[in-house]
Amino acid sequence: MPQLTRTVRIGSSHGLHARPAKLFAQAAKEAGIPITIAKDAGKPVNAASILGIIALGLDQGDYVTLTADGDGADAAIERLSELLTTDHDAE
Amino acid sequence: MTELRGVGIGLGVAQGPIARMAEPLPAPQDTKSTLSVEDETTRVRDAVAAVARELEERGAHAGGAARDVLEAQAMMAEDPTLEAEVDTRLQAGKTGEFAVFDAFASFREQLTALGGYLGERAADLDDVAQRVIARLRGVAAPGVPDPGHPFVLVAKDLAPADTALLDLDKVLALVTTEGGPTSHTAILAREKSIVAIVGAAAAKDLADGQTVIVDAAAGVVTVDPTDEEKGRALTRAASRAAAASAPITDGALSDGTKVPLLANLGKPGGAAEAVELGAEGVGLFRTEFLFLSSSSAPTVEEQREAYTELLSAFPGKKVVVRVLDAGADKPLPFLNDAHEENPALGLRGLRALRASEDILREQLTALAEADAATRKTEAGPADLWVMAPMVSTVEETRYFTELAKDYGLKTTGVMVEVPSSALLADRILQIADFASIGTNDLTQYTLAADRLLGSVASFQDPWHPAVLRLIREVGAAGRAHGKPVGICGEAAADPLLAVVLVGLGATTLSMAPTALADVRATLLSHSLDDARRIAEAALAADDAASAREAAQSASTPVAV
Repeated sequence: MPQLTRTVRIGSSHGLHARPAKLFAQAAKEAGIPITIAKDAGKPVNAASILGIIALGLDQGDYVTLTADGDGADAAIERLSELLTTDHDAE
Repeated sequence: MTELRGVGIGLGVAQGPIARMAEPLPAPQDTKSTLSVEDETTRVRDAVAAVARELEERGAHAGGAARDVLEAQAMMAEDPTLEAEVDTRLQAGKTGEFAVFDAFASFREQLTALGGYLGERAADLDDVAQRVIARLRGVAAPGVPDPGHPFVLVAKDLAPADTALLDLDKVLALVTTEGGPTSHTAILAREKSIVAIVGAAAAKDLADGQTVIVDAAAGVVTVDPTDEEKGRALTRAASRAAAASAPITDGALSDGTKVPLLANLGKPGGAAEAVELGAEGVGLFRTEFLFLSSSSAPTVEEQREAYTELLSAFPGKKVVVRVLDAGADKPLPFLNDAHEENPALGLRGLRALRASEDILREQLTALAEADAATRKTEAGPADLWVMAPMVSTVEETRYFTELAKDYGLKTTGVMVEVPSSALLADRILQIADFASIGTNDLTQYTLAADRLLGSVASFQDPWHPAVLRLIREVGAAGRAHGKPVGICGEAAADPLLAVVLVGLGATTLSMAPTALADVRATLLSHSLDDARRIAEAALAADDAASAREAAQSASTPVAV
């Protein structure tokens, strides 16, 4: 399985703070394969690390790049992209 | 039995066993571990897992927004990046306690450096670190206790993060050793109608499980009460519960003098509850909520929608909207990002709006449009009043009222929060249609004591005769010009102080809706002559504590 990457735009109106960060890190952890997330051209951090994600300080409209490696990378990227582009604060 | 004194919040009385909030743990020393790296690692892994499971369990139990916070904290505890940081330190021979402490601290710095909302998450991280270290040491975790039964919470003071996690159904009463009537604990107690006594320094010696009666009306904590005392407290609590369900009447004194009771609101969504609790209108609508969560100002349309929702909830009633009050404790990057040594004395309130006048103009436009929109509805419009925060000169008064009138806003006034405005109230009220006294800031500026600074919290007491004198100036100016003087600070929610404020010339009182019932009942047991006499007694005192005592003894006993 080759390494997969995808760049998406943050949809949550309050950025990726607290609750959305939690949902995202949870999903990344459940995927069970190494996944990283990077802001723009920044250093990639472990997508299963809620602290790493919070510390990226992502705001609505920011671009991030997801990278997944291993079995089910395709489905994992799909699921995580969906989480990032959803506006959780509008629920 | 012994009695401890503090400042009571509200008029309630409650009793029950004490649960103390454990103090924060001292930072672990950087000493060399006597265990092998493997043993230390196992200890840390076990502690982290236990804390994470406990947080998840509490989250599942709490539900709602608290669940998300607690689950996020559980994930922080088991965060892989953090684990790597801890492992690096363990490999270097550090103790588990120090490795956890130091690794969390490094992340904390990163979060704090990001500032704002993320800085607040630093407190969540601290809480997790403290829990893990407490578990490693085998001591009680600091923070809100959960003894599994209803309890009287004894704490130094409650931080907002603590109160968010507090299971209010289990809290019979709050007693704090520090903090004054404007502390977070006091604000929480008023908002949620919890019996509370703040600033009872001697409560630090109380032990878990001891029974106490907390009598907020008297400001007394009775330790190990007799059965007779317990019985009396129960009877009073029952009669007070009956009073709370008494029919809601308009605010008035015993002689029939009307004192409209209004609500302080921070969001249009709070309107329904305020109406239900008998608010006769809104005395302070804070518009900050529209601005605080955004990095740029909201559009006129967004604002108009929110104001229309608010005004529609109060047809035919008074609604006082305060334009954006930013700066000091509520910084907004798009309004003022300059570093200030003393933000409370800086470019805040109307000063900041004037420096970014387009934001003020947009807000006034949206308010005028919302007013026009509600005029077309069947229920009809509310009586919209608009006021500016932090006005300190006559010139600023003229500037704001003229600008607001240009937009067709009919009733325009100013907040009196700065002593200069109180002292020149006679001239300010020549121009403004009304004044509204913000007692929290007025106290801060009169006593020169930062309201956010715990070390000077004892100065932050609106009962101080210097503050009361300034309020008297504004009340007299209002009477001379026939213009209304409202109170919209925490002071109006203190039932006896509310009587004093009316005696000093306040014509309306605005407060958190949950405080309305107590204030309504207390006003009804005093005449205007009583109120003036009690106010005189308070004014003649030397300090806040004796002003409160003088007012208590001058007041006719509150019905028990």
